[in-house]
Formats: sequence, C-alpha cells, structure tokens
Amino acid sequence: MSNLPVPAPRVNSETQPFWDGTAEGRLVLPHCDRCAFVIWYPRSFCPECGCTEVTWKAASGFGTIYSFSITRKGQGEYRHATPYVLAYVELDEGPRVLTNVVEDDPDALEVGQRVRVVFHDTGQGTALYRFCRA
Amino acid sequence: MSIRGKAAIVGAFEHPLRDIPHLTLAQVHREVAAGALADAGLSFADVDAYFCAGDAPGFGALSMAEYLGLKPRIMDSTETGGSSYLFHVGHAAALIAAGKCSVALVTLAGKPRSGGAGPGGSGGFGGSPEAGFENSWGITVPNAYALAARRHMYEFGTTSAQLAEIKVAASQHAQHNPAAFLRDVVTVEEVLDSPMVADPLHRLDCCVITDGGGAVVVANAQIARSLGGGRRAGWILGHGETMKSTNNGRIDLTHTGAVWSGAAAFAEAGVTPADIRYASIYDSFTITVLQTIEDLGFCAKGDGGRFVSDGALVAPFGALPFNTDGGGLCNNHPGNRGGMTKIIEAVRQLRGEAHPAVQVPNCSLALAHGTGGNLGTRTGAATLILGQQSS
Repeated sequence: MSNLPVPAPRVNSETQPFWDGTAEGRLVLPHCDRCAFVIWYPRSFCPECGCTEVTWKAASGFGTIYSFSITRKGQGEYRHATPYVLAYVELDEGPRVLTNVVEDDPDALEVGQRVRVVFHDTGQGTALYRFCRA
Repeated sequence: MSIRGKAAIVGAFEHPLRDIPHLTLAQVHREVAAGALADAGLSFADVDAYFCAGDAPGFGALSMAEYLGLKPRIMDSTETGGSSYLFHVGHAAALIAAGKCSVALVTLAGKPRSGGAGPGGSGGFGGSPEAGFENSWGITVPNAYALAARRHMYEFGTTSAQLAEIKVAASQHAQHNPAAFLRDVVTVEEVLDSPMVADPLHRLDCCVITDGGGAVVVANAQIARSLGGGRRAGWILGHGETMKSTNNGRIDLTHTGAVWSGAAAFAEAGVTPADIRYASIYDSFTITVLQTIEDLGFCAKGDGGRFVSDGALVAPFGALPFNTDGGGLCNNHPGNRGGMTKIIEAVRQLRGEAHPAVQVPNCSLALAHGTGGNLGTRTGAATLILGQQSS
C-alpha cells in the first residue's frame, strides 16, 4: 500500500460519468460515436471531429509507462510523500494519462514497463486512478 | 502581409534587482516601462499600445494602462506564461504594420522570491477543464519537465551530463554579468552532484527564482529610423507563435512548439538557422533548451545532446552562442517568466551592447524563443527573428 495523499479531484457535470466510474473501480473513457476516437482528457464531445455524442466505455485498465519522474521535492499535500513517481501511462486504448506509479522500488522502473490500474478512494465519492507494475 | 521590417524594438530594459521586497508589482511594471522608454528616447505620452500578461496585477491591461497613465489605442493581455512577451512583440509588429498603432510598450514584473505573486500569475488554474485530470497526482513544475527529459533520454540516448553542459555554458556567461543571481562558473560534475529535485533533473538543471522585470518598446519603421538614426533598433524580421497541446491524449514529450513557431518565423524572415549569429533560448530547465535547439533546426531531432557538448553554446565563438546574460538558468527568471529577458539580451547582442566577453562579433541576426506553460502538459511557443537592418 502506498503512503501517497489522495486529494479529491475537481469534478463537474461534464466529467461526472468518468469519476462515478472510478468510485466503482472502473476506468471509463468517452468514445466518439462518430469517429470512434477515445477522448482524453474526458469531455462531453469529440475534440477530433466535433461530434457531441459520446459513449462511456470501460477500459481494460492496462497500459505501459510512457515517461516518469521520481520526485524528490514535492509541494502541498505531496511535500511529505517523497519520493513518489509522477508518470504518463499510455493506456492500451490509446490515451497517455498523467498519473502516479505506485512502486516500493522506484529505481526499478523503466519506460515501456507494463502497468495496471489501481484505485485510491478520496473519501468524497471519487477515486484516483494510479498504476502499479503488471 | 508580412511584418518583415515594418517595426523594430527601439527600447529594452531589464530591472537590475533580483530581490525587490520594497516595491509593489505595479511599481516594478512602472520602473521597467520608464527604463525601456528612456532607453528608446521616448516618453509615456508617445505610447499608443500597451501589452501585459498574467503577471500584471489586476484586470490585465485595463488596470495597468490606467496605472501607468497611458491612453492606448491598442491593448493586449495575451497570456501564455513566460512566452507571453514574444507573442506581444509579434502582435505589436503586426498591428504596427496594419497602421493600428505606432509605439507599443510591453511590460513584465514578478516577485516570487520576496512574495507578492505566485508562479502562475493572478488567475490560477483550478477551474480549467483539464484540472481534474492533472492536479491530484503531485505535479510540480520540475517533475513535469522531468517527464520530458526522461522521454527524450529514452528515445534518443540523451544523458544528464549532456543536459548539464547547458547549465555550464550559461554559468560561463553569467560570471560576466554583475546583476546575475548566480555568478559562479559550474562544472558538469557540480551539476550532476547537485540534489535531485525530480529525477532526472537536478537542482542545477533548474532556472533561478527571482524577483524582477523587464520591458521593451516596439515602434514603427519611421520612428525607429528617427531615433539615433536607427542604429540601436532591433528590427523585427520574423515572428511565429502557436501552442503545443496534450493533443487529445497523444502528448509527445520529445519536442516543443518551436517546431512550428520557428518554421513560421524563419519563413517570414527569409532566413535559415545557419544565418543566426546569436540565440536567446528559453531556459526554464536544461531540457527546455535542448529540445528547443533541435526544434528550431539548429541540429537534427535527437542530436541536441551531442550538439551542446564541446562548448557549442558558449559565446562568443561557439557554434550557437546562447543566453549571454546567463539566461534564466543563472541570471534572471523574473516572475518565473523568462521570455522578456530573452528578447532583451537579443537586443543587446544586435546593438553590440552585451558584455564584451560574450559579445558575438558582427551580430547581424538574432533569434529569441519563448516556451511558456509546462512542457509536461501544454505550452505556448513564440519565436522572433531580429536583425540589425530592416531587410
């Protein structure tokens, strides 16, 4: 288990379906009904083709590390959480998402490693999606 | 319509202080404005266009133009972080070329060292549409730039020692600048031995945090030629601006928006990277410089690490003398925004007014590039090409 803080994200009506999914332990992504683009960050329309019809579908929860930084100096709630790993994970569905990799031995991490999603409850009806080595 | 040769930077001023607890933000704006106008030989009454960014206190240009006593025909509060001021100069040149104004004033001030202004300006980003997907995971400025550094290392074999060469070159320049925040020459080993802030970026891969400010005055060709025969004018020959986004989930961390803004600026100026004698390259971090040099075409993508080795960036005789004031890495990064000082040092070089130890001989053509925002997410990008002659 990690000692990372779990600050609640800012949720609004446009992103509510995504965050409702996290509370249920699911990563749901908006797919464009017209061009099938997997939209990130989540929006109520497709920024690729302009279509305003999207369908929220569960992702596999697997991906690969696109890049990461072992952060030694944090700020705010993360000030005392160092070292922690900020990363971009490329989901198998396509999007590269900003997140944390939860790892006891961060020096063992490498770009390209396979990861799977985990959820950390914020206590406010949402959960943060993070990743650990698959 | 091109802006080439239609307008020139006729005044430039960098606040001499790096710690300014005794002045308000507005007062620093006033001081740098007065300094740039005096440098140009103009007065506040001559100004008919005013530009400021998110560092300005209050309601953008509305508050500041009133405070400064201006009666502008043109106002612009374009906010793209530290690159804003290069956007402003490009906009000013276009508006001058269109006959909408004749003398434009651009100001910057910030006080992150002594307090009074946060790094992101006055607006804050908590309500932005991307906020929920970026703000809960401990993102800082250094660790997001570190993501870009790590990916560049992964794809191209770039090393921490190569990044350190950029700091070393900046420090060799800063030793000649009495106002520089850091004046000690450092070695590659000292950069690598400095504390790791966000792996792979060390403390000495980061820019300084300073109070300060700067301003430039842009005038039409007729006024520019009337001021001292135009000998101190930095003619605006090309400008390009754009943004680099997260591209709807397909962010590419190995390049900056200079890929596009640089190409546009070179095309407008009708010159190539090989023609540039001096370059002010935005240097929030060493990785920012490395990627930008590649993106502007000074070397091939991925070759930046090899390019910056062996003193290529060191003035006056390196292949690409850069940031001869010491840059943001050593001299000054006022308000956490390095774009203004990039323009100012380029103007010094064109005038032959850089420190003699770092003055590039016959510096006929200079480039200034700004990268604002966060390389780990979204950035503004603006490139200016400036010359001693109007054509």
